[in-house]
Amino acid sequence: MRHISWDRIFSILVILPSALAIAVFVYGFIGWSGWVSLSNWDGLRPDLSWAGFGNYAKLFATPRFQIDIRNTVVFTVSFLTLCILIGLGLAILLDQRVRGENLFRALFLFPMAISFIVTGVTWRWLLAPGDPAAGRLTGINVLLDGLNLPLSRWYTDPTVLYIQPTSELGQFLGRVGLGFLATPTFGIPVAMFSIVIAATWQMSGYVMAMYLAGLRGIPDELREAARVDGADEWQVYRHIVFPLLRPITLSVVIILGHISLKIFDLVAAMSKKGPGFATDVPAYFMFETTFQGDHYAQGASIAIFLLISVSLLVIPYLVYSTRREAEL
Amino acid sequence: MMTRPDIVLHRIGRIGIYAALLAASAFYLLPVYVLVVTSLKPYAEANLTQMWSLPSAASLESFQRAYEQLRPHFRNSFYLAIPATLLSALLGSVNGYILSKWRFRGSEILFPLLLFGMFIPYQSILIPLVQVLQQVNTVAQAAGVPAAWQPLVPGYGSIAGLAFVHIVYGIPITTLIFRNYYATIPNELVEAAKIDGAGLFSIYRLVVLPLSMPAFAVVMIWQFTSIWNEFLFAVILTQNPAIRPVTVALYNLAGSYIVEWNVQMAGALLAAMPTLLVYIFLGRFFMRGLLAGALKG
Repeated sequence: MRHISWDRIFSILVILPSALAIAVFVYGFIGWSGWVSLSNWDGLRPDLSWAGFGNYAKLFATPRFQIDIRNTVVFTVSFLTLCILIGLGLAILLDQRVRGENLFRALFLFPMAISFIVTGVTWRWLLAPGDPAAGRLTGINVLLDGLNLPLSRWYTDPTVLYIQPTSELGQFLGRVGLGFLATPTFGIPVAMFSIVIAATWQMSGYVMAMYLAGLRGIPDELREAARVDGADEWQVYRHIVFPLLRPITLSVVIILGHISLKIFDLVAAMSKKGPGFATDVPAYFMFETTFQGDHYAQGASIAIFLLISVSLLVIPYLVYSTRREAEL
Repeated sequence: MMTRPDIVLHRIGRIGIYAALLAASAFYLLPVYVLVVTSLKPYAEANLTQMWSLPSAASLESFQRAYEQLRPHFRNSFYLAIPATLLSALLGSVNGYILSKWRFRGSEILFPLLLFGMFIPYQSILIPLVQVLQQVNTVAQAAGVPAAWQPLVPGYGSIAGLAFVHIVYGIPITTLIFRNYYATIPNELVEAAKIDGAGLFSIYRLVVLPLSMPAFAVVMIWQFTSIWNEFLFAVILTQNPAIRPVTVALYNLAGSYIVEWNVQMAGALLAAMPTLLVYIFLGRFFMRGLLAGALKG
């Protein structure tokens, strides 16, 4: 008996350094950042005197930050949608007993092994628009022009698509008190789609791999039984396969979602803040504010905003998976 | 039995499947084509308007020039990634062993608290991190650490400091992968060893560790790839250009207007090479790491 209790002590001693490291470097530092965000620290010299929530009030009133939130929403929604459609589509195709499956899978997945910096540098070169107005085309635009497709200014495009206040819909929104929806703050920055393309190139293979693992986990008998009952292929997917893939979709949304909320490397390597902040994101704003502008308290408030937005996505998921595991 | 029209439809379907897969492959290979073609071009041909055309003659000049500029940073990245990978795998292994085979009261609360650490945006810990690492330097200086030992001080602006940071923030993912792996080792095996009088450490050494090699492969590949590719910690913690890892060096190389595209592309290809080779030769383990990152996958 005595032997066992010594091992109990050892077991706690072994895990203690890691537990302490996480307690300090994750939770302690988050608390510290939170405090900085409530302080007057503006400049190189730390100043932790209490400022209250003024930094947050200032942050939400900053046009650049409002644009960043818009950009993050546009990026997250389009990146997730594209990745799920492409990932699921490719997984279903690969699940049809194709020849060369391993080769295709390896091809779709290799961008995951590469740094976002390499991806950003490469796609910046691919999507460099040239000067379409002057007829000097570069990059993808050369290919598009050859195929008679419309050209784009990619990440250099300052255009923001939004509901014009003078349009019929805009006037209607104005009448019902929703006029603020007909402003660029609720628009879609065209340049952001360049980042979406590069990010999708990098991550959609990962989504494919997750769905493929999910598809392989569905017993053939289930689909066979449905076919025997007279279901056509579409109905088999609609009523058997897709519902069984739902937990995978949840994982995909959590993983890609938290990556896209805090995206930084790719934007920094590809276009930085972009024309009129068209590709700016909170993580890049935080980087400039804190480490180039030395506005530490303001930077910390952006960091805490990022943390809260990621936590709203991740914590329910962690609680849910821990509970589910406890039930098993 | 399929009737004749069914067979025709089936054939069309098969052709459609392969056509779609080939189109997707073209999308994934497009940047690779441009990278390779551009980096094989001499400077005179490497401009944006001719980017799709093949080089008139393959030249390795761009690779040479990119390598000259990136070589010290490659060395930095290896000095950073290899020790950090080994140490975080070791740490993850013992953590996973305890959390899977020696659960204690509170361990089921500790685990999700650890896991949360792998999702946080690191911006939310960067300011204190920089302050603490600078403090480490001050303390080391006050303690009179000899100059020869200084690269080993895990403080601000040193490779050791960056490695330390990667080890600490690698604890959640490495612990997760090992814990899930050790859950597949039957508890009876551990119980039997206990009855034979083995303690915590000898069970780890004699029973668990010999079975751990697949998990070590997965974790080490995962950590090596993530540390090699990482940018945020690297750019913040290495103000001194001499110790910058390759991602930061490539970022600066590509950010300067005087560096030609062919050199940038060759640099990008070189920077991606180590992790790509790992992927090509050890792809199976890489896949498992990816799916383990998805918690229950």
